[in-house]
Amino acid sequence: MKLLKLVPADTNIKFLKLRVPFFILSIVLIVGSWAAVLTQGLNYGVDFAGGQEVRLTFEQRDDAPVGELRQLVGGLGYGTPVVQEFGAPNVVSIRVPLPEAVEETPGAATEIGNQVISMINEEYPGVRTDGNETVSGKVAGEFRQDAVLALALAMLGVAMYIWIRFEWQFGAGALFALFHDVSVTLGIFAIFQLEFSLQIIAAILAIIGYSLNDTIVVYDRIRENLKKYRKMPLPELLDLSVNETLARTVMTSLTLLVALLPLLLFGPASLFGLVLAITAGLFIGTYSSVYLAAPMLIWLGVTSDSFVPKETEADLQEKKARGQV
Amino acid sequence: MLDFPLWKKIWLWVVTLLAVAAAIPSLYTATGGEWPETLPSPTVNLGLDLAGGSHLLLEAESDEVAAQRLENMEEAVRAAMRNAEPRIRIGDVSTANGELSFMLDSAADIDRARGILEPMMQGQNLVREWDLSVVDTQRMVLTPTQGGIENAVNDAMESATEVVRRRIDELGTREPTIIRQGDTRIVVQVPGLEDPEALKTLLGQTAQLEFKLVDENALITNIQAGIAPPGSQIFPYAVGSDFEGQSVAVKRLGGIRGDSLTGAQSGIDPETNEDVVNIQFDQQGGQKFAQLSTRNVGKQFAIILDGEVLSTPVFREPILGGSAQISGSFTAESANNLAISLRSGALPVPLTVIEERTVSAELGQDSIQRGLIAMLIGSLAVIALMIATYGRFGIYATIALFFNVLILLGIMAGLNTTLTLPGIAGFVLTIGAAVDANVLINERIREERKRGRRVIAAVENGYKEASRAIYDANITNFIAGVLLFLFGSGPVRGFAVVLIIGLFTSVFTALTLTRMWVSGWLRAKRPSDINV
Repeated sequence: MKLLKLVPADTNIKFLKLRVPFFILSIVLIVGSWAAVLTQGLNYGVDFAGGQEVRLTFEQRDDAPVGELRQLVGGLGYGTPVVQEFGAPNVVSIRVPLPEAVEETPGAATEIGNQVISMINEEYPGVRTDGNETVSGKVAGEFRQDAVLALALAMLGVAMYIWIRFEWQFGAGALFALFHDVSVTLGIFAIFQLEFSLQIIAAILAIIGYSLNDTIVVYDRIRENLKKYRKMPLPELLDLSVNETLARTVMTSLTLLVALLPLLLFGPASLFGLVLAITAGLFIGTYSSVYLAAPMLIWLGVTSDSFVPKETEADLQEKKARGQV
Repeated sequence: MLDFPLWKKIWLWVVTLLAVAAAIPSLYTATGGEWPETLPSPTVNLGLDLAGGSHLLLEAESDEVAAQRLENMEEAVRAAMRNAEPRIRIGDVSTANGELSFMLDSAADIDRARGILEPMMQGQNLVREWDLSVVDTQRMVLTPTQGGIENAVNDAMESATEVVRRRIDELGTREPTIIRQGDTRIVVQVPGLEDPEALKTLLGQTAQLEFKLVDENALITNIQAGIAPPGSQIFPYAVGSDFEGQSVAVKRLGGIRGDSLTGAQSGIDPETNEDVVNIQFDQQGGQKFAQLSTRNVGKQFAIILDGEVLSTPVFREPILGGSAQISGSFTAESANNLAISLRSGALPVPLTVIEERTVSAELGQDSIQRGLIAMLIGSLAVIALMIATYGRFGIYATIALFFNVLILLGIMAGLNTTLTLPGIAGFVLTIGAAVDANVLINERIREERKRGRRVIAAVENGYKEASRAIYDANITNFIAGVLLFLFGSGPVRGFAVVLIIGLFTSVFTALTLTRMWVSGWLRAKRPSDINV
């Protein structure tokens, strides 16, 4: 049987030749993402903004009366609701943000939720409430805090591990690559104003995990080659390492993609945001492993001596004692 | 690397098959079968987002506990001073700023008062619950200690959790989960709930029933202006009661609370045709109520529920039977709700719903179906890709993947974890990521062969060299997963659970099981070349 070879056996792509332009591109992406996050803001879902989100199915209709609903719920005086189709034409999700005045009132979100649901039930008898989420301002604040903490600790935690297992340059390189991945993902959510919820935090942590997977595979090979080819110039050695692991990088990204695509296309509508974020992160993470994590090692000054055991103070003392120094 | 003694093989198979066996009950019930009760049945719980149901996070207003405690202390202090021999006269009682303070009429009483009060400052377990001090020679100040307040809140939360459990049981729902969380919160999870509104109404009702004497001397103009006469409080009439929109002044002290009931039923008063709630006091409560009604025949009293006056009837005669009827403003439904709430006891502290997540059973079912279809298509695509790329080694990887899913499910069942909707996404990700280990190994074997190593050496080296990166990658993923679990909430935690357990099963199946199969094949056939 002839086996499939996605990447020809002897690739020798000069990835590192373009490291400066790509580095500049990455910086632009990071800065641009943060600019978007800060100017446009993230479109917080009910988890982080507080308020109510209800999902309704109009069983007796082909299309949900989106415009009517917007007007009806808006009439309650809690600001403009977000009404959008959700998975099918007769399914809508209605999101009512928590008015600032009642952000501190614990039961306000539930109260608003009750009003919205009972009003819709009155106006459209026979509508099915499929889901209802209300989150008070306090809980939303805790979720925001926990999310930031989880992301920050995850990035630091894995960077520490890599520092311990490799060298500090590798830890710093991985951390920078992760920062890039997280930033760009946030940027995409800000630019396209996609709903940003707890699920997206889960997605970003998954992205951190898989981007790191790639980075570690490349780093592991670099370490191996650093010991093997002690005289090879670093850019050339990095290129060699990336090329040697290229088949694996492509194959793994592809299998993850074919596993995720069905979920994106046929999966539950509630998972769309999560899966979309992970799918986008797959590309961002693969890119950053090759074009950020690897070249960072050049700039951070990794040499082939990095993995030669250094002489400790004790060793020196011993040598002195023996009169070897 | 490729050496597998018999004991090791047996051991690996036992572990594998045990985990797979643990998955069977879950799979069997998922396909609609009834698992016999006599057999052990570890099953994966479905999260509320898949099974349908309500998740409520309730928070207690702990300030209320402190306020009530202060009020109780005031009554106790007054009684103690009154019963002292000879009586100690006090005045100018204040409960402002969370402290109880009062003036002694005579400074000479100070040591006696201190002697009486001192034992009351001590709580259980030798925790000092109040601090006692004297200012301006004859004003005594009782300040609750931090420990005292914490104890009180803790006690209130304990009994609130119990009350919540009793109320939910009254609804007749199956297998509710009620857990205290943190200092002042209770998580309630009720699977398969049809009517979350009823549940919220029931839990939102504190059902603090009070009987207090109406202050008949209060001026109407003062009441309207919201100015309570000394020793009185103003309460509004409840919505739907006869005097809705008005208020009434009642005596602050000397009433009784309706938290010592033995029964409560909704009914209809045959004379007025009104919806009413009949209550029965326990012995102590009955005596107090008899006393109150005997002493105050002909006087008006207020029935107050959660700070709103339902009605203000008159004690026509002493009520000695230990039962009473509450009327005013009820519908059949609200009378029934109140009866349930009173039966299960008053909440010692008001609870507010600060987070709700409800999913209908239909939506949950739909999510499961779509998730399974997506998982099936995804798996088939991954399998096709693996076999096309790595041939025989791809088949081993596929079988490992199959075991991976079963073992993951088995461990989840054994640990009694919950599968949520994001957890399904976690499954799909695990399937995608599990093959990464095999990809790493197989690519490495290809490389080693290309460099001219002989088959056995190439395979051996492939596993050895690849496992370093596999372990490093999985450990870092583990770190990210644990943080997600610690800081995530609800369904997102389910995602973390699947990812974390999936890491272990992936490494086990992709690294250990495939190595065992490959080594078995190499030993049996001793091929001189391999197609990889």
